[in-house]
Amino acid sequence: MLKTFPKGGVHPPENKLSADKPTKILGIPEEVAIPLQQHLGAPNKVIVDKKNKVKVGQKIVEASGFVSANVHSSVSGTVTKIDEIIDASGYKKPAVFIKVEGDEWEESIDRSKDIIKDIKLSGEEIIKKAAEMGIVGLGGATFPTHVKLSVPKGSKCEFLIINGVECEPYLTSDHRLMLENADELIIGTQILMKALNVNKAFIGVENNKQDAIEHLNNIVKKYTNDIEIVPLKVQYPQGGEKQLIKAVTGREVPSGGLPIHAGVVVQNVGTTFAVYEAIQKNKPLIERIATITGKSVKEPGNYWFRIGTPVNMIIEAAGGLPEDTGKVISGGPMMGKALNSLDAPMTKGTSGILIMQIQESKRGNIMPCIRCTKCVNVCPQGLEPYLLMNIAEKQIWEMAEKEHNMDCIECGSCSFICPSDRPLLDYIRFGKQKVAAMIRARSSK
Amino acid sequence: MNIIVLSVIVLGVIGLFSGLILFFIAQKFKVYEDPKIDEVEAVLPAANCGGCGYAGCRNFAEACVKAENLDSLNCPVGGNKTMQKVAVILGKTVEAKDPQIAVIRCNGTPEFRKRTNIYDGATTCAMESALYGGHTDCQYGCLGHGDCVVVCKFDAIEMDPVTMLPVVNDKCTACGACVKACPKNIIELRPKGKKDRRIFVSCVNKDKGGTAKKSCQVACIGCKACFNVCKYDAITIDNFLAYIDPHKCKLCRACVTVCPTNAIWELNFPPRKIKEESETNKEAAVADENKNKNDETLQ
Repeated sequence: MLKTFPKGGVHPPENKLSADKPTKILGIPEEVAIPLQQHLGAPNKVIVDKKNKVKVGQKIVEASGFVSANVHSSVSGTVTKIDEIIDASGYKKPAVFIKVEGDEWEESIDRSKDIIKDIKLSGEEIIKKAAEMGIVGLGGATFPTHVKLSVPKGSKCEFLIINGVECEPYLTSDHRLMLENADELIIGTQILMKALNVNKAFIGVENNKQDAIEHLNNIVKKYTNDIEIVPLKVQYPQGGEKQLIKAVTGREVPSGGLPIHAGVVVQNVGTTFAVYEAIQKNKPLIERIATITGKSVKEPGNYWFRIGTPVNMIIEAAGGLPEDTGKVISGGPMMGKALNSLDAPMTKGTSGILIMQIQESKRGNIMPCIRCTKCVNVCPQGLEPYLLMNIAEKQIWEMAEKEHNMDCIECGSCSFICPSDRPLLDYIRFGKQKVAAMIRARSSK
Repeated sequence: MNIIVLSVIVLGVIGLFSGLILFFIAQKFKVYEDPKIDEVEAVLPAANCGGCGYAGCRNFAEACVKAENLDSLNCPVGGNKTMQKVAVILGKTVEAKDPQIAVIRCNGTPEFRKRTNIYDGATTCAMESALYGGHTDCQYGCLGHGDCVVVCKFDAIEMDPVTMLPVVNDKCTACGACVKACPKNIIELRPKGKKDRRIFVSCVNKDKGGTAKKSCQVACIGCKACFNVCKYDAITIDNFLAYIDPHKCKLCRACVTVCPTNAIWELNFPPRKIKEESETNKEAAVADENKNKNDETLQ
């Protein structure tokens, strides 16, 4: 029997429309807006000024703390302004605007396609370099990778899990990466293993990507026996760190804890590839793959894009915005965010752009809770979503904290399954923000 | 017969005995409570709104009795009359405070502030503000779900179905519940002013002029026209947003006419005499009319 996580989960229609579309390279836009903060953690500071010339790969924003990440220019040209732009969150955030002139790369970057197998750097040097190259988790949460790789004193990492699950419907960028860049992926895994000093790594892939599983199995034989490909039963939200750990190793991350407390570190396949490029090719994180998809999109596909490219451009590449567009979502349909503006820049965390039809995107009328407990049954974290929503409605934040609302992974299974169309996740997210603020205020006292 | 007498005697003795115990315990554990607290509480409005900053009217009464002077204490709902009564009971003096009222500092009706998005999530302002930027290009303006209406205990605020903005009426007691509830910080408590006349900037948009004007036609663009025309230094401009200090403002209305976007509002003033209706003034006159209409709804 295939492995999966034991509790909860749903199975939304997969709709992987672009799974068999090879990746293409999206052209360079005329102007990019590179947000200063594209990661979870401390805000950054800009180190370029108006009218400065920058090259591809030049550092333009410097990390201001340990839990923070550098940002590099993804194009060559002139900095026109440092202004605010509406990003995927719907709010205005500061960004560096660069007018593109040619495509001139930093000389230290190796742009050849050769695969370099030897890992020359030591573990510590790898972590340092990952930090320098601005690598963050590309699964969507954008947590700085070097922080994850620095195992705190007192805990020991036993396994590395590479997350190739891609359980979100519609998205196929990780799938394509596993098919097209398997060699780099395996070397990237070896680099991460060296940095973490572990002997065993798993690559978790859901069973709906048979071709990727076979391909990876063939490639991994050439390199090592320490990396195992684990096929997993299709179940949303298996791509969640905690669910993946439970599915692959059977271990449980304690409430409020990190994967390292269970002796595991999880990295996305996209991150692994970015680490390979950073360590072996000296290339900072300036481009990634995004899926452009949707039922009425003319040509769904997967594109390598430069960080800071406006969403408009990838939509144009896929044949323009369809007439019956209801919502344009950054990310997948379950966890993604509806965009306010199509000029919003695509960032390190953009794994896909989903164009939903009006019919598909409409929310139902909110009806009263009928106590069917479907939300409780599907919650992979074992929470009680209906209760968390009630508490959030009444704004009793101490109680919300006691009911562990901070353990919610925001997978959206509860809102998906609710027969009364109640916006459960909206309220829980709102509650999480309030409780997080409360905890911060308490710890700063 | 016997059994009845016996039960009366037994119950009577038990009752007497328990009564005595209770009496002595009550004596022993007696807590002295100032009778003035009750007196003060009796003159308070008993709305328990929390506008004074205390948990309820009883709590506020206790604070009044304990306090050395009443300067820092104020019941916004009862106003000066109530505070005067409290002062008489406690034998203290109290200064008269300017009565206040809530004003809505957003002017962006759907006509002036185009909806650029559809928000279909949970219908509270707090949620929309926390999870989504808003359904117009203005990131600062009213979201229109009426969180302020829900928290108002005095029926003093309601949503106008046409303008989609909240409207404050005379019942407002300036308790400040709506100010706390508004996630966009649009609502401000300002002095009521002479004859209820008030002038304020009805916008909180901190964007640069061009951006603000693009997202909303009646936004404050920080052009400094009002700043230059004000003789009393009542206007300050910060982050492309003008603010009129109600304590310095002499209600001369000079700023209202110069504002190019009609972001400055005058309330409860008599209509102006229109001197000449030249071509250039026509637009202003139309805008004035609109404003007066709004005034009527506000009244």
